[in-house]
This record gives sequence, C-alpha cells and structure tokens, in this order.
Amino acid sequence: MADATISGGLPQGRGAKTASPGGPMLAADGTPLRASLARSLRRQKMRALLLIAPLLLFILVTFVMPIGDMLFRSVENHIVADTLPRTVAALRDDPSEVPGEPVFRAMAEDLQVAVEEKTHTQLGTRLNYESSGMSSLLRGTGRDVKGMGEDVAKAVTGLDDAWEEPGTWVALLADPAWVQTQAEWAAADDKSPEPAFAASAAATERLPRTVEAYQAFAHVTQADDGDSVTEEEPWNLAYVALADDLRADPGAAEAFEGDNRARLDALSAAVADGTVPAVSYRDMFVESDDAWGEPGTWSVLRTFSSRFTPGYYLNAVDLKLGPNGIEMREPKDRIYLQLFVRTLVMSLVITGTCILLGYPIAFLLANLPERTANLLMILVLLPFWTSLLVRTSAWKVLLQQQGVINDILVWLGIVGDGNRLALINNQTGTIIAMTHILLPFMILPLYSVMKGIPKSYVRAAKSLGANDWTAFWRVYFPQSVPGIGAGSILCFILAIGYYITPELVGGTKGVFISNRIAYHISDSLNWGLAAALGTILLAVVMLLYWAYDRLVGIDNVKLGG
Amino acid sequence: MALPVYASTGQRVWHYAFRVICGLIFFYLIAPILVIIPLSFNAQDFFTFTPEMLHLDPAGYSLKHYHDFFNNIDWQLPLWNSLKIAPMATLIAVALGTLAAVGLSQSHVPFKGAIMAILISPMIVPLIISAAGMYFFYSRIGLQGTYWGVVLAHAALGIPFVIITVTATLVGFDKSLTRAASSLGAGPLRTFWKVQMPLILPGVVSGALFAFITSFDEVVVVLFMGAAGQKTLPWQMFTGLREQISPTILAAAVVLIAVSIFMLAALEMIRRRNERLRGLTPA
Amino acid sequence: MRITKLLGSAALALLPMAAPVLAQDAATELPPCDGCSDSMVIMSWGGAYQNSQLKAYVEPYQALTGITVTWDESSNEAIAKLRAAQEAGNMPYDLVDVEGPDSQRACDEGLAAEIDFDEALAPGSDGSSVEDDFGDSLINDCFVPQIYFSTTFGYRTDVAEWNGQTPDDICDIFDTATFPGKRSLQASPKKNLEWALVCDGVPADQVYDVLDTPEGVDRALAKLDTIKDDVIWWTAGAETPQLLADKEVVMGSTYNGRLFSVIAEEKQPVAMLWDYENFDFDGWIVPAGLDEARMNRVMHFLRFATDTQRLADQAKYIAYGPARASSQPLVSTHIDLGIEMAPFMPTNPDNMKNYLVNNIEWWSDHQDEVEAKFQAWLGQ
Repeated sequence: MADATISGGLPQGRGAKTASPGGPMLAADGTPLRASLARSLRRQKMRALLLIAPLLLFILVTFVMPIGDMLFRSVENHIVADTLPRTVAALRDDPSEVPGEPVFRAMAEDLQVAVEEKTHTQLGTRLNYESSGMSSLLRGTGRDVKGMGEDVAKAVTGLDDAWEEPGTWVALLADPAWVQTQAEWAAADDKSPEPAFAASAAATERLPRTVEAYQAFAHVTQADDGDSVTEEEPWNLAYVALADDLRADPGAAEAFEGDNRARLDALSAAVADGTVPAVSYRDMFVESDDAWGEPGTWSVLRTFSSRFTPGYYLNAVDLKLGPNGIEMREPKDRIYLQLFVRTLVMSLVITGTCILLGYPIAFLLANLPERTANLLMILVLLPFWTSLLVRTSAWKVLLQQQGVINDILVWLGIVGDGNRLALINNQTGTIIAMTHILLPFMILPLYSVMKGIPKSYVRAAKSLGANDWTAFWRVYFPQSVPGIGAGSILCFILAIGYYITPELVGGTKGVFISNRIAYHISDSLNWGLAAALGTILLAVVMLLYWAYDRLVGIDNVKLGG
Repeated sequence: MALPVYASTGQRVWHYAFRVICGLIFFYLIAPILVIIPLSFNAQDFFTFTPEMLHLDPAGYSLKHYHDFFNNIDWQLPLWNSLKIAPMATLIAVALGTLAAVGLSQSHVPFKGAIMAILISPMIVPLIISAAGMYFFYSRIGLQGTYWGVVLAHAALGIPFVIITVTATLVGFDKSLTRAASSLGAGPLRTFWKVQMPLILPGVVSGALFAFITSFDEVVVVLFMGAAGQKTLPWQMFTGLREQISPTILAAAVVLIAVSIFMLAALEMIRRRNERLRGLTPA
Repeated sequence: MRITKLLGSAALALLPMAAPVLAQDAATELPPCDGCSDSMVIMSWGGAYQNSQLKAYVEPYQALTGITVTWDESSNEAIAKLRAAQEAGNMPYDLVDVEGPDSQRACDEGLAAEIDFDEALAPGSDGSSVEDDFGDSLINDCFVPQIYFSTTFGYRTDVAEWNGQTPDDICDIFDTATFPGKRSLQASPKKNLEWALVCDGVPADQVYDVLDTPEGVDRALAKLDTIKDDVIWWTAGAETPQLLADKEVVMGSTYNGRLFSVIAEEKQPVAMLWDYENFDFDGWIVPAGLDEARMNRVMHFLRFATDTQRLADQAKYIAYGPARASSQPLVSTHIDLGIEMAPFMPTNPDNMKNYLVNNIEWWSDHQDEVEAKFQAWLGQ
C-alpha cells in the first residue's frame, strides 16, 4: 500500500535510489528523498482534508453542535443565580438552616424584580423539578411581594407626602452628574432609553440599603419598562430600606443638605419613636407562605444556586439531591429507571423476534438460486423503502378492534365478536409494528453474511455422517453468528431510540424513553431533563455503536443489500 | 435448496414446512403494505373491507380519498413543502458528501477513523436525540421554524448515506485511471469530472436516492424543528394518525408507496448496470 | 360567583331560539388597516374547531382584506412553541388560540402581549361596553376570549354488556361493574382530578379546597387508580370521538363541540353525558414582541373576529357558547344541518344541572406540581 503510494506520487523515486547508492537518497529535483516524500505525503493529506473539510464543518455545525448544546443543557442551571442574584450572594454568608433577615430582604428585592420581569414563574417551574411545591410557592409569594412593606410606605408618606413624589427620591439619592445627563436626555427627547441611574457617594455611604433597593427599582423602570425614574414612585421596598437605614444609622441625615436633610431628620425621628413601624421581611414571607420558614425550602435554593448541576441526571435515574446528599426519590415519583428498563426489555424482545423471523428468510434467500432470491428480495426491500409513517398507519388500521385482523379472527371464529383482541395502544401493538419495521435491518446483514458461507462446508459435514440438524447447528449456524450479531446490534440501536411508532400504537404502556424525551421538550418544557435523558440514551447507543464498529466495522455498513 | 430425490419423509415434511414458515413471514412483511392499497379505494370512510368491497362490487370502491388528497389544501401544502425541502436537502448532502467521500478515499487521511465516525453519526444517533439537540441549538441561532433550518437538518441526516454509498464505489475504483488521466495532461478538476465522476456516479445516485427518501420520509426532526410553513407530508400523516384518522391518510400512504417503488426500481437498475459493467471489465 | 350568573343568563338567552336575521352589514364597516402586514400565521386546534373559526371570521376577513393566512395546528403545545420561538428571537406566529389556563401561563411568563381591551375590541352590538359584554371571561390582561366550552363525556348507545342501561351520572365513569369497557380520558390531571374527587364524595364547591391539601391530589389519584387499567389516555381533542366511532372505547371525555360532530354530523350511535361537565374558556393571545406591522394586522383582525356577530356566527359551526353576552341571542341553528344548537350547548340549562368551573388561578399556581405527580402516576 505504502509502496504503491510512493511510486504513485513520485514516479522518479526509484531512479533516484539507483543514481546515488552511497550518499543520502535524492529526488529528481535534488532534495533528499525523505524530505520530498514527506512533503508529498503532507500535500496529499492536505488535499484529502480540504476535500473533507466542508462536510466536516457542515456536520459540526448542523449536527455535532446541537448534540453539544444538548449536553450543555443537561447540566446548565443559570436560572437560579440569574433570577435571584442578591439572594444567592446573601445565602453564601448565612449558613443557618432558615436564613436571617438580610437574605429575606435580598429575596424581596430579587422577587420584586423577577415579578416585574415575569421570570419568577420560570424559576418556580425550574425549582419544582427538584422539590414539589416550589412553583406554587414562588407564584403565590410573587403576587404578595408587591404589597410587602405597605405599612411602612403608608407611614412614611403620611409623615410627609413629598415622599410620594418621584423627584424627592431622585433629589435624595442621585449622583449630581447623572442628574445633569438625565436633564440633557430629557431635553433631547429622542426616544433613546433614559441614562442608567447612578447614586451619589453620600447616599451610597450612609443609605446603602436604600440605594440598593432603589437601584433595583430604577433598573426595572428604565431598562424593562422604558420609563423614567423621575416619573415613577419607587416600590415599597425602598421605603422599608430607607426606614431600616435610618434605624441603623440615625445620624445619616447629616450627610445631606437642604430639603433632603430636613426630610431625613423628620423621618429619623419618626423611625425612632415608632411612628414608622419596624417590619421584618422574614415575617412577611412566612405570612405569605409558611414554607419560607422551613429549612427544606432554603436547602433547595442553596443546593440549586450553582450555575451547573447534576440535578437533571439524578432526576433521570430517579434520584435527587437532598440536603444530605443524593437520595432515592419517593417510590411514587420513580418512573425513569422503570422506563429505561422497559425500553431495553422491549428492544430486546423486538430484536429477538427479528432474529426468529429474519433468520429463516435470510437462510432461504441465501440458498435459493440467484434469480429467485433477487425476486423474493423485493419483498424485503419494499418494506425497507416504504415510509415509516405508511407502515405505522397500516398497522394502526390493521390492529384496531374493528380492524382487518380482528375482523378476520372473528370471521374465522377464533375470537368472539364481543371479545375482540386489544392489539393496539399497548405493548403488543408496539412489538408487532416495530418488529415489522426493523425486520429488514436484520435480514439484510444476515443475508450478506450467509451469502459468504461456502455451501461445501455443510455438504462436507453431511458426507462425514452428520444429519441435517447437526450439519446446520454445528457447521452452518456458527458461521452465521456474525450476521446475527451485526443485525441484532443494528436492530437494537434503532429500536431503543424509536419514537414515532410507539407514540402512535403504544398507548401508555408501550412507549419508550424517547416518548418521554419528546414529552419533556414539548409538553412539560423540562428541557434540562429531556437533555439528560437524551444524553443517557445517547451514551447507551454510542456504546453499542462502538461494539458494532468492533464487530462489523463501520466502513462495512451496506445499504439495501 | 432443491429437495434431493433421496430425501426421507421427515426431510420432505421439514422442507415444505420451512417454505410455509418463510411464506408466512414474507406475508407478514408485505401484507400490511399491500392491504392498504385496496383499502384506500374504499367508498366508505372505514378502515376495513366493507361487504361491497369483498363482493368486488364496483360501488364499494371509489377514488374519493385520492380526490381529497389532491384537492385538499391540508394535504397539498404539505406535499409541496416536502417537494421543496427534500431536493434541496439532497443537493446539499450529495454535493458535500461526494466531495468528502473522494477525500476519504485518498490513501493518507489523518484521523480517518474519527472523521468517519463523526460523518456517519447522524445515522446512528437516535432521531429523537438529534431532534432534541437541533431544536435547542437551532432555537439559539434563529433557525428553528425556518425553511433553511429544516433543510440543513435533513441534509445532515442524509449525509451518512451519501458517504457510505459513494465510498463503497470508490473502494473498487482503479486509481491507475486517474493517474493515466493526469499523465495525459488533465488537471485534477477535469480528471474528477471526466474520469472519476462517471465511474462513481452509480454510488452518487444511490446516495442521492437515500438522502432524498431520508428527507422525504422524515418526521421526528421536522416535527420539532418546523413551524406551520414547513409542514411536510409525513408530519401531516403523523398529526392525522394521532388525532383523527381520515381515510385520506391511506391515499397519501399509497402515493408514498408508489414513490418507494419508484426508488426501489431506480436502485435496482443501478445495481444491474453495475453488475453488467463489472462483468465487462477484465478482472 | 359571577360566572354562574352569566352562564345562566346566557342559557336563558338561548332558549327562545328566536333567530334574528343575521346582519352581514358589519363587513362594510371594516376600517382600513394602515401599516399592516399582509399575512398572518394563526395557531389553533385543527379539526372542527379550527373550521368554525375559518368559516365564521377568517375566510370573511380574508375576503375583505385579501391577506393570506397560514394555520398551525399545534395549540396543545402552544406554550412550548411560544417559548422556543421567543428564545430563537424569531416569532413565526401572529395569533395563538389557547385555553384559559394556558393564557394565564403565557401571560405570567411574558410570552403573551398585554392588551387594552377597551381600545382593541369592539363594543357589544347592543351598546354594552367590552368589559360588560365579555364579563368574567376576561380572565387576565392577555386573553381575548372567544367561547365557553365544556369538557364532558360521550358514550356509545349500543353497548350490549350494559343491558340497556346508559350512564347518566359522572360517577358511572368509575363504575366498571355496571358499565364495563374501555374509557378514554385526557392524559392530564386537569378535570380528571376534579371528577375523581366529586365521585369520591367531595362536594363540588369544595373540590379545590381538597386539592389544596397535601393529601388531596393523592386521594384523587387513588380514585383514578380504580379504573386505570380500563383507560386509554388521549392528548388531542379529536381522539375520543375517533375512539368512540371505532368502538375502541365505550365512553370518553372530550370537548362538547367535538361530540356534537360525532353525533350530529357523523350520525354515530353516541350520546352525551351532561353531569359535572367542566367549564373553561378558549380564546386568543398575541405573542409578545411582534413588530408594528404585524401587531397592527393582528389587532385589526381581532377587532373584527371577536365582534358580536362573528362570535355568534362561530356557534353556527360548532356547539360552543360565544363569550360575549350580546352574541348569545343571535345563536340559532347549525348552518349545514339546520339542527337546533341548544341541546348541544354547554350553556343550555338542561345541561347545567351539575357542573364544575375550571379554577384557572389554582391551576396556574399548581399545574407544575400536579402535572409532575400525575405523569409519574401515569407512567407507573
């Protein structure tokens, strides 16, 4: 092989060899033969790669990257950290089972933002995969969060109705430079979004919680709603934060001047004498739903606050990540292991039936005269070439209680008209239809292996005294085993990934893991779990593919006989 | 497999029993496909043989389901979509696939095994997984629910078939022919079109047939990837089967069977031609 | 509960059956649509329902404007399709038909645009305001209602094993001794759980209170367990009629309009069981983030398609109650069959001796949890 290539690439190579028997071998152009050969080889490699490159690139983009995306989605878990950034940060500093006030305050801010951006429902859906009840918890509290701190806001505005004015807040908290740019923006009136709010140094230092709460409000108002902070009254959260700041730092007013100082002084006094009540977010959350006071809720949030999670994979094998590590799910929530087992068992049954039905056919075809075999081969190839949907429709029509098969059975008197067989919407339906669909994939490899078995072997066995059965079983059958292996792996690979046929004829008991994947993609929208289930299935298939490659060699795949 | 004259009674019984068994299996293979052909001419909206049909009464048969298939927009639109998607997917698959197969048949291809495994993978990976991955990824890049999204996905699924069939013809390709061509002064392109292409054409054509039928019959990926504007014939059949089975599905099925028979005949012709050519070439 | 009153009055309005001559003059009032796209993609349910929309207002609208309409029959996967489209940043749909709870979900997740009903919709032909005319069917800020429908049971009238008895009580569904045979139920907890609890002795007005308790769902599933082996589960509304017609099942739940098609149009030996049928709304949502031209077109269409006359017209093709009170008096007979629609209407008092109203808020809060439990139960 290598020899042929050398002579092919460099016809003058041999000449060079004879020309200089003593020194280094030179090619015709005087360069050393070794270098010349290497260059030629490199050029050949490059040419081959250039020819392959477009397709490889195409497959990478249209096929491999999608599979990669699926792998990524099966571990990706950005949603908690993205939706509740403040809570996740605050939880890191608070290891207690049910965290303290700072975490609840962060949660109130995050949740208020999430409600405005309508992302809390998605977060609830996500967390509900891990712990039942999280979805209604977040939806319910999401409705309540806006009203939290209403008492405080009322007390503050009751004290001085200037606090209802958006301008009061801007004057108190805004950075003078921002006020300047904001005024220019307002004058320009060019429909661009308002410049992002920036707080003054004094406010940031003395009223840190207020600034944080106001920033959250400003971000939603400006970026999401496209409004101006100069026209919107801040959330209750800001009032609560301001009261809390003044309670913690009664002298904060001294950092401000003019009206701001006067209002803050008045407010500080009201906070001190209890006119403005002290409220606890923790209490307000627990009032909204008792679950906020339970360690379980927070352990779920803590466990799934990381950006990547094994949660979906655990879920895919009926496990879950609890506070004490990995544990089994409740028996009534376990479905996937059972489904994997069912998929494997049914695929095995289908493969087995294919062997039983395919072997005689392949044997017959391999031993008939060429002309007859070719003719009969059409009976195998026509189903092979016929659309999967056509064959499935045929079975759906045939297997019905009022279908052709039951009609014939009733007509033959095998079953009574009242006891028509249930052949569809169950495992029987899936097995009958899928065996039919996969049978050609068994027959074709078997046939090509059997074609290669010399007839003289069996004849020799018989002439040595073996009877028909012994000759077949001891001599012929062992030689056909590679065909069975190839056909079985092919059938099995195709069977475990099937979706359409089980979906249409399988009912609830005759469906495969694929149907569950499809369900999670288009009905439950649990894409992470769909991706994890898909990845596990893919791993199984890849293992079989590798075995097939070992056994048959992927280069030897033949199509259509 | 003829029965020898000296066969014992047991052997005779087994010989015929075996043929009966094989006959039954052949029946199982082909009957479901054949049975829907007469059923599609049912004058009633039933899925079984009516008494009129069993008595071969012409009144029991009609073309109304075909009439519906060819006149109803619910079926015509998907048919046209299929006919718009499949050829384009085939074209892409064949163009890129043939080029790559020629590349793969060179003597020194680095990472040949790995490359081959990647190129064949769309055939091995279960369709539901390909569909899921493509749905996720094509959504990200804005191709989900578009014509080109479906075409690219179908092309990817058809490529392994092109690779396999074309590589198979290239295995038997006599390299001295290209060498002869280049020694006679033909450039690589000219050599490819004038020498190599005609010889591997049967492989390219069968690959194209496979790629076409892959796209034309494909339902899982288009179900996830497509939007209303890309509804194909198999998609329409799937929805029909899952929801309400109208007998028009049987007419559609018979049309698809006709397509399969045509494809099968075309492949058989290519195979015969190959055999003839091979017979003529001196060993 | 105002809905009860509304349904009652709607039913009364249906009774006299004084069919006024249908005014077709609204067509000439259609204002021009400036800056509008010239095509729409509408997602709906397919089958008889989509056909009623096509005949009652889509075809008339197309005749008036000349725009093209493409249908996508994937409303039972509407939320998934919308979410994928939103993620892709490429929204292929202009208008999506969904049930009430799905509209709530789409609205909560920001998938649907909020609509100013007073501005967007036409007032009632009797002069009533949009709010009064639609009443309780305006369940959230995104949902433009079309019809009331109910989910109820149909059964075959020719089952020999029943010895001449016919089911007349919802709990006959669970009585496999008297009524042997397969049943078809929706592969979803919604409605099934309510029926199971009612038949487990829970008074109808306490169903959601019981479901709210930790044991409630388990109790309902335990009741469903008693017939689990006799159930074929469906996902599309057309399946039960098909299964009934094919004798694959002897009784099954589906939307009342679908049963109308089987009974009145296909003349199958099927009858309807009106007991504790479950009321819900169906209507339009507009995907969030459409560009201006498409938005203008959709709004222009919506105003036309949900006016008093058009909603009444829809009831000529399918047995669903129009969501507008002002449309009710205009409902009469089926357009092709000439059959009185009243006996098939969910709002007929004869059909409303016992009924349930889908609690949209409860379901949108608990859908995720209950769906997961139900699917696990189904898979075991």
